[in-house]
Amino acid sequence: MDVILFTFFALVAIVGAVSLVLQKHPISSALSLVSVMVALAVLFLLLGAEFIAAAQLVVYSGAIMVLFVFVIMLLNAGAERESRKGGLAQFLGLPLTAILLVFASMVITQSMANAKAVKFGAFSGGGPREVGWELFTRYLLPFEVTSILILIAIAGAVVLARKEID
Amino acid sequence: MDFILLSILKTAIAAPVLLGTLAYLVWIERKVLAHVQLRMGPSRVGPHGLLQPIADAIKLLTKEDFIPSYVNHFYYWLAPWLALMFAVTAISVLPVGPVIELFGVKTNMGQADISIGLLLILGLTGMGVYGIALAGWSSNNKYSLLGGLRSSAQMVSYELPMALAIASPLLIVNSLNLREIVNGQAGHFFGIIPNWNAIGGLQIFSFLIYLICAFAETNRIPFDLPEAENELVSGYNTEYSSMKFAAFFMAEYANIITACSVATTLFLGGWHPIIPNELGGQFIPTLLCLFFAGVLFYHALNPARPSDRLSMGVIGLVIAGLGLVFQVPVVKDLAQPLFWFASKAGFLIFVFIWVRGTVPRFRYDQLMRFAWLVLFPAALLNLLLTAFVVAAKSN
Repeated sequence: MDVILFTFFALVAIVGAVSLVLQKHPISSALSLVSVMVALAVLFLLLGAEFIAAAQLVVYSGAIMVLFVFVIMLLNAGAERESRKGGLAQFLGLPLTAILLVFASMVITQSMANAKAVKFGAFSGGGPREVGWELFTRYLLPFEVTSILILIAIAGAVVLARKEID
Repeated sequence: MDFILLSILKTAIAAPVLLGTLAYLVWIERKVLAHVQLRMGPSRVGPHGLLQPIADAIKLLTKEDFIPSYVNHFYYWLAPWLALMFAVTAISVLPVGPVIELFGVKTNMGQADISIGLLLILGLTGMGVYGIALAGWSSNNKYSLLGGLRSSAQMVSYELPMALAIASPLLIVNSLNLREIVNGQAGHFFGIIPNWNAIGGLQIFSFLIYLICAFAETNRIPFDLPEAENELVSGYNTEYSSMKFAAFFMAEYANIITACSVATTLFLGGWHPIIPNELGGQFIPTLLCLFFAGVLFYHALNPARPSDRLSMGVIGLVIAGLGLVFQVPVVKDLAQPLFWFASKAGFLIFVFIWVRGTVPRFRYDQLMRFAWLVLFPAALLNLLLTAFVVAAKSN
């Protein structure tokens, strides 16, 4: 059951990611990204990381992607016309992608040579209590620094938006 | 296998009940609104218009499913079912009663009992906005687009104070599991004041903030800007007809039921009675039913219309019989929690309809200003105060 679910949602994630790149219309691309996020949430859930799964659903697909779709709708962006591919991209695109994929898989297999196969249902420390404990003890400094970073980003956004109005 | 069989059985019970409630909620809304506005409401199909939902369903099913030529077909088709799917699935994690034993099988009343139940509901209702936004965009019509835009901006803005309002009772009960949240509200202070978060937990402000945000999240008056008739025709669902329109309609009512059930679970003590059972709380359902039956019998004896003599009497008999069910030994354990949950959620749904009948619509800038300058700081302050109280108590 777990393996079937994993395979299905892994496929959904991959198909969504490919369609994100291939779709011509921005709305279709954004919704492909939403399907990737939802599939990732299910994968997190299968691995026992319940809180991360819920956060993925609430934050990424429920809030951030809604804003993406909102902006695309507000700008009323139409389908993109296919640009004529440059000569270099036409000949080197596919070979370079293949080389990149081979290189990435080599790095992954080397760095994970000693890794064991994941057992579904073996890990159960992904609840909100455990994640919160880790955040406020071991990862306290990165956590607080991130909040300052977000504050700076908010202040920057307000400053930029205000300049536009005046 | 036992788990899967039990889940299928529970779904087989819950799904028809939910769909029936959705259908009759429309009837209740029309009747209550009519009485608020001193009208009769639906009264032609069946006694007191009770068969109106069936007539509506037949009408919507047999109507022509007209698709304008300029819409984006795929998303136009997808949007209503997306909205309905996320609205209905959120109900699956709600507990409506304690763990009970029936025919030797021990099970909890409610479908899924998961540790992140509340977060899942937040996530699923948050996804519901795609249905409305896509409907507005794919209709390729400026009124629909404006409705979709308004709805997505409004839902993202009101999700923030809503989440903050939900966080403060969570500090008290210390869990995200809906069953544990309800169990944390059991008991009574001094044997009489219920230990609910909204009353004994002093979370009345977060309860009110949650309720206001729920109006915005479900696109109801006074925050129904996405379908403001007098400026946007009908907003995001202007171009929809037949069952696709019905899907949006059902999604809206399913969202109301979810929002009210979550408020019941979080703030009103779920299935716990308002008066402790030692003081006769278990007789309240029966007494209430007998009282309503008495009122109906009185109207049957002094009928305003000739048909009332039969209809009022029959409905009165049904309600009196229902009241006696709450005292039958085995059924009692099942029926009493259900009664308390349904009556609390039902009262909140009544408030939704009541507000629709009495409060005018906000202007869009007022709506946004209210969310960011009033609700958000209030929710933040409430969360801060609750955190201080909880910290002081635990030391």
